[in-house]
Amino acid sequence: MRLRKLVWKELFERKNQVVTGLLAILLGVTVIVAMRNITFYSEKAVAQELDALGANILVLPKSVTLQNYYSADIQGQEFPEEYVSRLANSNIQGVDNLSPKLAIPVQLDNRKFTLTGILPKSEFQAKSLWQGAGIFSRPTGCGTVANIPGLTPKDPKETLVRKRVIDTLNENEILVGADVAGALGVKANDNLSLLGKSFSVAAVLPQTGTVDDSRIFAHLHTVQQLSGKGKVLSVIEIVGCCDQISKGLVSKINHLLPETKVVTIGQIVDTQIKTNRMMSSLSLVFIAIIVLVGGAGIANYMYANVRERRREIGTLIALGAGSGFVLRMFLYKAILLGLVGGISGYLLGTLLALLLGPRIAGIAVLPMPTLIIWALMISVIIAVSASYFPARSAARLDPCTTLQEI
Amino acid sequence: MLKLENISKTYNHRHEPLTVFDGISYEMLDGDFISIVGPSGSGKSTLLLMLGGMMSPSSGKVVLDGESIYDLPPNQRAEFRRQKIGFVFQTFNLVPYLSALENVQMPLFLAGLSEIEQEERATSVLERLGLGARLAHKPSELSVGQQQRVALARMLANDPTVVLADEPTGSLDPETSAQVMEFFEEINQEGRTVVIVTHDPNVAQRAHKTLRLGDCKVPYDEQTPVWASVV
Repeated sequence: MRLRKLVWKELFERKNQVVTGLLAILLGVTVIVAMRNITFYSEKAVAQELDALGANILVLPKSVTLQNYYSADIQGQEFPEEYVSRLANSNIQGVDNLSPKLAIPVQLDNRKFTLTGILPKSEFQAKSLWQGAGIFSRPTGCGTVANIPGLTPKDPKETLVRKRVIDTLNENEILVGADVAGALGVKANDNLSLLGKSFSVAAVLPQTGTVDDSRIFAHLHTVQQLSGKGKVLSVIEIVGCCDQISKGLVSKINHLLPETKVVTIGQIVDTQIKTNRMMSSLSLVFIAIIVLVGGAGIANYMYANVRERRREIGTLIALGAGSGFVLRMFLYKAILLGLVGGISGYLLGTLLALLLGPRIAGIAVLPMPTLIIWALMISVIIAVSASYFPARSAARLDPCTTLQEI
Repeated sequence: MLKLENISKTYNHRHEPLTVFDGISYEMLDGDFISIVGPSGSGKSTLLLMLGGMMSPSSGKVVLDGESIYDLPPNQRAEFRRQKIGFVFQTFNLVPYLSALENVQMPLFLAGLSEIEQEERATSVLERLGLGARLAHKPSELSVGQQQRVALARMLANDPTVVLADEPTGSLDPETSAQVMEFFEEINQEGRTVVIVTHDPNVAQRAHKTLRLGDCKVPYDEQTPVWASVV
């Protein structure tokens, strides 16, 4: 005979009661796991959708306002391209993508457009100074925007709209905004002459409803050459991870580039932060309710169990069991219940999330093995805390009273 | 030697003090076989529980082998009980979800013996009581007489020097009752002190001494009627 065997035998003897007692904690853990699992993937999906709205941090010359930026009226005020390497080589966390740009005015068919120079991502990686350090040596995507199941990746050239960077762009290629393409009647593979240089249209960008629709994008170095201003930039657009923004990413960039103005696009960041906070708060409220309900269920079961076993406890004490042994016997049982509740709750919750995720939130959900640790912790803590007072009352039972009740 | 020294016991019953014993003293010698008789409510079971270290007296001492039981801290008292005292109950009090073998293993487990030692000793005691073929049976699968024999085996497992039995034949038919009394006589002959609470005069007669508790809560030793105090 061992304590474990004694407790298991008692559990199996009263299977129905155990199932009833376990039900509250099992359902509680199931709900927590399912909710956390769905929340995690829906946060990712929300973040991905919000990312599609574009950059959320802008590095501008000191005297330029956000309004200037949106009206594409930032010509004539630039800063050195070297700032990009400073950013890229820094150890600042949370910079997902950065896109240096130089904007200059161009005239086509008597209409004014903005020619914007951009630097394709392949050229960042080609620069030896930036290899092995800085943002491209770190995993990109903040863990939020890459490989979300159920969401189809966009065409590579269109990533400019979503992530503010594209992988490749030749020096004689341009990308044309939807409004420009409409006004000039150009389409992919057409040729277009700008500032005396002939370009091939690599792609027409989809309508975004932003200032990008009236822009033409060319290679940064080509635009720098055409402008005759040397290696300068009008803006660095950054997609920053919203959680890092809330932890002071903007001030870190400001500290790194003191000669510039760093602004966040408040609405986007606020929406991201608010969404995440709402999800977290909702989870906490649910966890609190579940802890109370699960705890009450276990405590009720344990008190009933102690009442039912008064004679057995009295007999054990008569046989020489101390109060410590009786306390251990009930707490060991609570730990077992917690472990069983935690593991079954994790399995059921994961199954529920996999089934309900696509139906309720419209997202695909994958199992999260890390949640089993949470499930076990919550379950065991609830079971042991809720069982402590019933166990203590059992340990303090007067054996004489229990034996004389017979 | 088991001694009661000037024992008093008072309960609070509906906010009124109720005195069960008032300053009694008695000495049980090693190897005594004593029956305690008396009407219901006379305090027989209370006296037995006090002798077994399960219920502290309001005043006075219970001394076993020179040790005042109730002066020991609770855990040491439990240890003392485990080593020296064996209880038998009228309703057997077997743990319903354990087999006969496991029930007998319980006091050995509480005494810290290894599983192998527990099994060996429990099997040997159960075989002594003729239950070798019933080791894996649960109490519900045994007859009443067999259940009482499992309870006796459990009491004997730790080799106690004092055996306290509360109406051990109360639930048994006359034939089984006689077998149980033979067993008590047998273990008494091994040198153990046996104290039995009973309503049955036939059972009481088989003891060497009888203590009668009357309405006045005065124990009366029928063979050596000398008492230290009288209410």
